[in-house]
Amino acid sequence: MPGAEWAGNAATPGKGSLDGLLAAKEIVIACGPGGVGKTTTAAAAAAMAACHQGGRVLVLTVDPARRLADALGLSGIGNRERRIDDSVFRDAGVSPRGELWAAMLDTKESWDQLVRRHAPDAATRDHILANPLYRNISGRFVQSHDYIAMERLFEIHSEGAYDLIVVDTPPSRNALDFLDAPQRLADFFSSRLLRWLIAPYRSRLVNMASKPFYQVADRILGTQFLADIAEFFILFQSMYDGFVERAGAVARLLSDRRTTFLVVSTLEATPMREAEFFARELVARDLHLGAIVLNKVLPAYFRDPSAARVAQALRDRATDIAGALRDRAAAPAGDPSADPAQTARVLREIADSYLNFSVVARREEEERTEMSAQPEVLAAVPFFDEDIFDMAGLLRLGARI
Amino acid sequence: MPEPVPERDPSPGPAGPEPPHLLDLRLVFVTGKGGVGKTTVAAALSQLAAAHGKRVLVCEVDAKGDLASLFEAAPTSFVGREVAPGIVAMSMDTEASLREYLKLHLRIPVVGRIGPLARAFDFVATAAPGVREILTVGKLCYEVRERHYDLVVVDASATGHIIGQLTAPQAINDLVKVGLIRTQTDWMLDILSDPGTTGLVAVTTPEEMPVSETLELAGRVAEETTVRLSAVVVNRVLPELFGRREEEVFESLRDPAVSALLSELAGGEVGPVLEGARLAVTMRRTRAGHLDHLRAGLDPSVPVLLLPYLFTRTHGLRTTRQVAASLGEELGF
Repeated sequence: MPGAEWAGNAATPGKGSLDGLLAAKEIVIACGPGGVGKTTTAAAAAAMAACHQGGRVLVLTVDPARRLADALGLSGIGNRERRIDDSVFRDAGVSPRGELWAAMLDTKESWDQLVRRHAPDAATRDHILANPLYRNISGRFVQSHDYIAMERLFEIHSEGAYDLIVVDTPPSRNALDFLDAPQRLADFFSSRLLRWLIAPYRSRLVNMASKPFYQVADRILGTQFLADIAEFFILFQSMYDGFVERAGAVARLLSDRRTTFLVVSTLEATPMREAEFFARELVARDLHLGAIVLNKVLPAYFRDPSAARVAQALRDRATDIAGALRDRAAAPAGDPSADPAQTARVLREIADSYLNFSVVARREEEERTEMSAQPEVLAAVPFFDEDIFDMAGLLRLGARI
Repeated sequence: MPEPVPERDPSPGPAGPEPPHLLDLRLVFVTGKGGVGKTTVAAALSQLAAAHGKRVLVCEVDAKGDLASLFEAAPTSFVGREVAPGIVAMSMDTEASLREYLKLHLRIPVVGRIGPLARAFDFVATAAPGVREILTVGKLCYEVRERHYDLVVVDASATGHIIGQLTAPQAINDLVKVGLIRTQTDWMLDILSDPGTTGLVAVTTPEEMPVSETLELAGRVAEETTVRLSAVVVNRVLPELFGRREEEVFESLRDPAVSALLSELAGGEVGPVLEGARLAVTMRRTRAGHLDHLRAGLDPSVPVLLLPYLFTRTHGLRTTRQVAASLGEELGF
C-alpha cells in the first residue's frame, strides 16, 4: 500500500530499538490510556517477534476488535491459549520462524479457577462459588479485571511454555490499577479491620446489637446483606495465605529484569498527559520502562515547510493555476481542464486539507519532542489510513514500531 | 448484527417513540470508550444548556481533571463550584457521598463519631459490589430530586463501567432485601427509569472499535438497564473534501505529467499536498463505512449527532465552545 512509504520514522537512533527489547525480555506489558491502539500494538509486537526472532510467543489480550480476532481465528477461544495457524501468516506472505499463540482474558472463568486452586476444601469452594457477592465481584465489576490479568500472566509465565509473553492490559479507571491490584487484594484479606468487621459472625457469643457500628451498618444494609458479606469474607480468608503468596510473587515478576513495560499513546493532549504520568510512575516504582510507542502519528510530509508554502500558493492562486493547467495540460484521462472553476475548487480543498492536517502534525511534533527526553526507546507509528484487521496489517504496523 | 430492541413504552404517552429533546432531560449520563472525547462532549452539552438559560450541574465521575481544564477552572471537588455562568462543576468522591448520605438520611452529623465505618468504607467498597456505584448514582439522583439544578450532566464512566453504575440500584435491590438502602434504591430507580427525566448519551468516533463498542453498549443498555439511550454523538467526523466529479478531477491531478505541471505552476513540489489529500480521502471513506455500520446497528429512533474533527491547537474552553456550537447545530438550534 502506498501509505507504507511515509517517513513516520522509527525508533530514535542510538537509543535502542523495540526489536532489541522484544529480543531481550520475557514479558512485555503494553499499557497506557484507552483508545490509543494498545491491543493492536501488543498483537503487532508479538507477531513481529514470532516472525523474526522465533520461539514461542504468546499475546495475552483483553478485548481485541472483533474483525482482528476473527482474522486471527481467536473468536470465542476464552481463557485457553491457542496457536495462530501458520496459514494466517502465509496469507500475509510471510513464513514465521517461531510460533504465535494467543489467549484472551475471561474474568469470570479466571476467578473460578483461582477459587478452585486456593480453596482449602470442596465445601468451601462450592460455598464461595455460590455466594451472591462473589458472583457479583467476579462477573460484573470491571475492577476485578485488574487483578485477574496479573494473576493470569503469573500463571502462564510460571508454566514456562513461552519465550516471550506480550500482555495487553485491561482498560481501567486508572492505568495503574493493575499494578496495585495483587497487593491491594492481599492487604484487604490481611487487614485487622476485616477481621474485626466479621468477628461477630465468627463467634455467636458477641452480641452484635450492642455495638454501635453494627447498629448503623444494620440500619443501612440490612442483616441478610451483612451476613452475605461476612460469609464471603470468612470463606475468602481461608484462601488468604494463597493470595498473599501470589501477590508477592506477582510483584516480584513485574519488577524482574526480564519484564518490561511499553507505554502506548497517541499524541493527542489527554492521552499524552496520562502516558506521561504513567511513564513517571513506572520509573518511580523502579519498574522497567522499555519504550514509549506513539501511535497514529501523522506522516512527516505534513510538517514539510516547503509543502506548506505550495499549499498556500494553491489556495491563494487556485483560479490562476487552474486556468494555466487548462491552457497547458496535455489533457490526460478524465480531462481536468474541462472546467477550470471546478479544478480551482479541488485545488482549494486539497490545499486547505493539507494546511489543516499540518496544524495537527506540528502540534504532534512538539508533543513528541517534549516526550523524547523520557525513555530509552521512543517509537512513532504512522497513521494507517485503513483499519488493521488482519495479520498483514499487524505486520505492517509491527514493521513501523 | 443489530440487536433487537425490546419495546420500551408501548403506550403513546408523553414519552412517545421519539426520545425527548436532550436539553429537556434532567439527568444525562455521557459515556464512551476511552479517548473518544466523552469529557469534551459533557462539557459542551453543559455549555449549550447554560446558554439556553438552564442551571447546570456537571459532574466528573472518574476525576482526571480534564473537566476543569475544559472550563479553564481550578480542579473540581465534591463540593460544586461555578466554573462558568450557570454551570456548577463537581467531581464524584464516593466517600464524601457516603458522608453526605449519612448526614442527610440517618442524621449522623459527623462521620468521625463512627470512625470505624469511615475506615471500613474503603474496604467494604473495594469488595462489596455496587457500593461505589450506588453512592455515585445516589448522589446524582439526589441532586435531580432536590431540583437544585435544571439539568445534571454526568461525565460518566467509560462504556465498560457504565452498565455497572446504571444497574447498581437494581443490583442492590436484589442483594439487599430490607433496610434503609432498600427503600433508598426505590426512588433512584424511579428517576433512572423515567425516559422524560434520565437519558444516556454515548460518545464515539467513526472508527472500528469505538463503533462496535457503542453498538454493544446500546444492546446492553436496552437489555440490562432501565435507562434510555437518548443520542449517539459521533466525534471527530472528517470533512468530505469532494463530490464524485471533483474526485475524478483530483485523480487526474495525481497523473505524473499533470502534477509536474502543477508543481511548476505552484512554485514547489505538490507531491506531499496531493498525498495529504489522498490520505484525507481514504480516512474519510474508511470512517464513513464505520458510520454506516453504526447507523444500521442502532434503533432508528436514536438520533445520531455528528461533530466535526477540530483542526485546532487548543484544548480548553475554546474547544468546549466550538463543540457546543456544533452540538447546538445538530440539535437544531
